[in-house]
Amino acid sequence: MTKKRKPFPIHIFVFLAPAFLVYTVFMIYPLIDSLRLSLFSTGTAGSELFVGLANYKTLLTSNNWAPRLWNAIKNNFIFFAVHMLVQNPIGLLLAALLSSKIVRGSSVYRTLIFTPTVLSIVLIGFIWRLILSPIWGISEDFLSFLGLGVLNQPWLGLESTALFTLSLVSVWQYVGIPMLLFSAALIGLPDELIEAAQVDGATAWSVFWRIKFPLILPTVGIVAVLTFVGNFNAFDLIYTTQGALAGPNFATDILGTFFFRTFFGFQLQAGNPTMGATIAGVMFVIILSGVLLYFFGWQRRLQRIEL
Amino acid sequence: MIATSNNAQPAAQRTGKSWGHWTKLLGTHAVLLAYTIFATFPIILILINSLKSRRAIFKTPYALPTTETWDLIGYQTVFEGASFGRYFFNSLFVTLASLALILFLSSMAAHALAEYRFRGNVFLGLFFALGIMIPIRLGTVSILRLMKDLNLIDSPWSLVLVYTASGIPLAVFILTQFMEQVPRALKDAARIDGASEYRIYSLILPLVRPALGTVAVFNMIPIWNDLWFPLVLASSEKSKTIILGAQIFLGQYVNDWNAVLASLTLAMIPIIVLYVIFSRQLIRGLTSGAIK
Amino acid sequence: MRLKHFLLLSVFLLTSLVMAQQATLTIESWRNDDLRIWRDVIIPVFNEQYPDIEVIFSPTAPAEYNAVLASKLEAGTAGDLITCRPFDQSLNLFNEGRLVSLNDLPGLENFSDVAKSAWITDDGSDVFCVPMASVIHGFIYNKDAFTELGLSEPETYEEFLALLETIKQSGEYAPLVMGTQDQWEAATMGYQNIGPNYWAGESGRLGLIEGSTGYDEGGFLEAFRALAQWQPYLINGYQAVAYPDAQNLFTLGQGTIYPSGSWEISGFNELATFEMGAFPPPPPAGQDTCYISDHTDIAMGLNTASPNQEAALTFLEWMTSAEFAELYSNALPGFFSLSNQEITLQDPLAQEFLSWRSECESTIRSSYQILSRGEPNNENDLWNAAAQVLNGTLTPEEAAAQVQKGLESWYEPQQNR
Repeated sequence: MTKKRKPFPIHIFVFLAPAFLVYTVFMIYPLIDSLRLSLFSTGTAGSELFVGLANYKTLLTSNNWAPRLWNAIKNNFIFFAVHMLVQNPIGLLLAALLSSKIVRGSSVYRTLIFTPTVLSIVLIGFIWRLILSPIWGISEDFLSFLGLGVLNQPWLGLESTALFTLSLVSVWQYVGIPMLLFSAALIGLPDELIEAAQVDGATAWSVFWRIKFPLILPTVGIVAVLTFVGNFNAFDLIYTTQGALAGPNFATDILGTFFFRTFFGFQLQAGNPTMGATIAGVMFVIILSGVLLYFFGWQRRLQRIEL
Repeated sequence: MIATSNNAQPAAQRTGKSWGHWTKLLGTHAVLLAYTIFATFPIILILINSLKSRRAIFKTPYALPTTETWDLIGYQTVFEGASFGRYFFNSLFVTLASLALILFLSSMAAHALAEYRFRGNVFLGLFFALGIMIPIRLGTVSILRLMKDLNLIDSPWSLVLVYTASGIPLAVFILTQFMEQVPRALKDAARIDGASEYRIYSLILPLVRPALGTVAVFNMIPIWNDLWFPLVLASSEKSKTIILGAQIFLGQYVNDWNAVLASLTLAMIPIIVLYVIFSRQLIRGLTSGAIK
Repeated sequence: MRLKHFLLLSVFLLTSLVMAQQATLTIESWRNDDLRIWRDVIIPVFNEQYPDIEVIFSPTAPAEYNAVLASKLEAGTAGDLITCRPFDQSLNLFNEGRLVSLNDLPGLENFSDVAKSAWITDDGSDVFCVPMASVIHGFIYNKDAFTELGLSEPETYEEFLALLETIKQSGEYAPLVMGTQDQWEAATMGYQNIGPNYWAGESGRLGLIEGSTGYDEGGFLEAFRALAQWQPYLINGYQAVAYPDAQNLFTLGQGTIYPSGSWEISGFNELATFEMGAFPPPPPAGQDTCYISDHTDIAMGLNTASPNQEAALTFLEWMTSAEFAELYSNALPGFFSLSNQEITLQDPLAQEFLSWRSECESTIRSSYQILSRGEPNNENDLWNAAAQVLNGTLTPEEAAAQVQKGLESWYEPQQNR
């Protein structure tokens, strides 16, 4: 950058270059180097053959691949929907309660409620598997005493319940994140606006929905897009509790586990880097669409409203 | 029902609180308390069961340890079997170094993206956002080769670099959003006073403290808890992180639940302490209500 | 800026420690349970003879072993000695040039062709791992519970089912302690355990490979049917019972019979508070020959990229000795050395398992050789199908058809059946 090009101020360069360099060298380059594999297939003796989009065609149409892919995408959307419908409203509710000025000790609540988020997935998987297991969990006698014997089910072992159960465990773990983001936004609201509304005699409920909520819409957008990105990259919880085959009968298979199993192989199944990279390519396209939707749909519209 | 604000509160205290105020206060606490119990009971469960005998873990998982069931055999096994002290310092170094780099590099980049209109601004914003859309595990093999060329295999620095790189996208994304909300008037005033662009960056930084705190907490968690990169990049005894140490330890005792629960408890305490320290900063930042 | 980047890099380079240049051998393995035994028992004995060679046993959790090993090999950072999975996983490594051919290793003649069969090229020209051990399937049971209920070991499969019914009626113990949460137990400790009795061991297994029989007919279908009969006797909530849960339940005396493999012996010896016995999978009534799965499971190979070839070969040669065979088999009862040399086993339960080799015909798991080469993977398909049979979501016939369909989709000899 020593060459003098007209309108590029040096300070912008100084601000951007370090992050750009580290990020490009240690993240973007490795990712592109791997994604590139999705356009190749492995020939004899490990040689790489350029095949264009043939891997994508296989993934989307072949009987061996397509049903697994659609199953994983479907499960992933369910996983995401549970987070949007359960995690984020609870996070918003908790944040609203915590930001209420009458509550003392809100920082204690905030810290405790956030604790599950900081814990290792190894621990979370282990403890919830035990709690939910009929052999250890809330013991049979206790539950039937309460007339809740029907709750003593192998939740993680049934195709009909495993995915929802795991989604809720994930909600339990991560609810602290939307709570924090919403808290930050709510606390940041100008007091004058809210006081003005209160003087007008509005109830807390209507103050919240009429005044506070519209003002934190940008944060609602951030939370939604972060949830989307996080959920479509999710892997650890399912892998730890259900294994790489995401049982029973792939009922909990999401894109992250499907990718991992394919790319690195599993048990006797040899790793297939080219098809694995193809799955990652599909994940990338899905997440990219979501993020673009956010950037150009939601955020643009918000800005227009603000102006 | 009128929500009491800071100004209204002394008035309410003087006149004696209204019935509505009390039910509301009680209701709020009840909801928060209930959720707090829900959030923490599994963790307490791990704690109390780590102090019981194996039979008691199975028979009475919800009971507190009694004189009969009290058993520290799990902790004994852990302390005989692994050097958690060293693992802990490795984890601490990797986490703190990565966090410092992420916060510093990302806040600079976010400042540039939020503050200046230049050619390629939108493109760069999207370029930085790319990283949150692809699982970094995909790049494992390339990263391994890269680290080998740099002779960083089995060094904690390899982890620091990977975590910094993978933390930057989200950090830039969040910080840019927050920095865009910093009032323009403030910066323009500083410029009129003749502040350099670097000075303006240092003026803005404290204003987005809640966002910095949020980014720190968000990044701290996956870095501390990551299993994958320690496994492939730094798995030798000298550079093991605590989670990897606990995991390998778990492997040896997978059916010895005393040891499992004890090692899980030990692995969870440091991160909770770290979080409490950070969250104090975070909440101070939050409640000081930076951007108003 | 480029200068700054360069400076930064040099600082990193200086801070990273310089690798010490001495003959240190690192062993890659998935046997993290065995860490203490290698460190405290096996390696010290080796070092008595070869004090100059330092050996480090560096295991990875079994579920991640393949992925981590592949990444490390690709990047050239894997250890010198590589624990070999049987058949294709290791064969692929050899074909990719990751493993050294061990044809000239002195001491390899101590292993029979059967022992070597899991680590040899298809044409038999190259052996690439030193066979270490096989594991035998069977049932471990709680002897105290058997005495209490007045039960005896079953001779036939019908007796076995009657036995389970008796235990269930007594109401005190769960008859079968096994879960399907992790899926593999259903296939490995279920299907592959009792199956050889139905498909006549090796002849059935080779028939699958040749394409003269399939999973949806004869013994392979019968084995699914036999497995389905376990369903009423599995422990309550078995769909969510994982492997360590089952191990704990059994060793705490909550159940009577644990469908199992010999590899459990050393762990169970430590944990169980009662006396244990074992019986082989009982054949159906009227069948005189019994078949057991005596599965070649573990071996050791040499990383082509290792800078310590000579020291590694020394270690591998030592692994072919009778000394190692006896040391290993006794340190890890239930892992039976594949060596031809005479060894003495101390553990009574391990002796019991080993004695079946002379009473029954041995075979290995049906999906391991050749059949798990393609997509979909035959072994993974079996996990899924067997778990679903026990969960009651597939009938034995549907399960058999599903596995067969997956295999036929890529395996030519099966397409022309």
